[in-house]
Amino acid sequence: MDLPVKTFRVTRADLVRYAGASGDFNPIHWSDRVATGVGLPGVIAHGMFTMALVGRAVTEWAGAPDAVVEYGVRFTRPVVVPDDDTGTEIEVRATAREAGEGLTRLDVTATCAGEKVLSQARAIVRTPS
Amino acid sequence: MSLDPSFVGRSYPPTAPYLVGREKIREFATAIGATDPAYHDPEVARSLGHPDVVAPPTFPVVITMAASEQIINDPELGVDYSRVVHGDQRFAYTRPVTAGDELVCVNTVEDIASRGGHDFLTIRTDVTAAGSPVVTAWSKLVVRGEG
Repeated sequence: MDLPVKTFRVTRADLVRYAGASGDFNPIHWSDRVATGVGLPGVIAHGMFTMALVGRAVTEWAGAPDAVVEYGVRFTRPVVVPDDDTGTEIEVRATAREAGEGLTRLDVTATCAGEKVLSQARAIVRTPS
Repeated sequence: MSLDPSFVGRSYPPTAPYLVGREKIREFATAIGATDPAYHDPEVARSLGHPDVVAPPTFPVVITMAASEQIINDPELGVDYSRVVHGDQRFAYTRPVTAGDELVCVNTVEDIASRGGHDFLTIRTDVTAAGSPVVTAWSKLVVRGEG
């Protein structure tokens, strides 16, 4: 079953807030100078921020904040966040299927600017009752 | 500069307990735009059977990433952190983290591999509270080869 698509807007301000909340102050997530210096096109989102947004989608689909049993992703492509007011957008889709024992498996895709930014993204959640 | 595969299986001493604060969970939830009241309101969390506000699924990384510095900064292993990229991340939950938990991490080098000039280091972090399992996190780090 395909679940409703969710989109998340990401701006530089979001990255700064996430850096503070998570303690990940790697400058590639806030300094264009450092990011381009290591060969990136510009400041990129923390992989764990993308994973957190997808986690929001997962808990919303599951219908409970505490329903996640397992959750994993592979970071395949950086999410580049321009220094403007609109930032960028991550689109999250998932297919759900029964996994037995009251569990549901979600296979998730997350794309940014038409490219997949995660692979092997999946979650096991307790099936909503 | 390949990582020494004999580190596979090595566990490090338990970390000092991290006391999870209610405001830290709220701050993290706000930073990711997670508005579910169970992340913010202790009464709602209690109505779901939790002792205090519940942390979003990726919150444990706040604790496990800091804890895994034990391995990343181990001079004997010799990871060049300036070359590290986050490859994979996975969590298996026994229960959600909640405010008031005193979390202790035990880090283990689960795997070391080399492919195409890059090293792959998988760290497993077993997170417990009062000796009971809460969540296990796996982080695969890619140490990019030089040149």
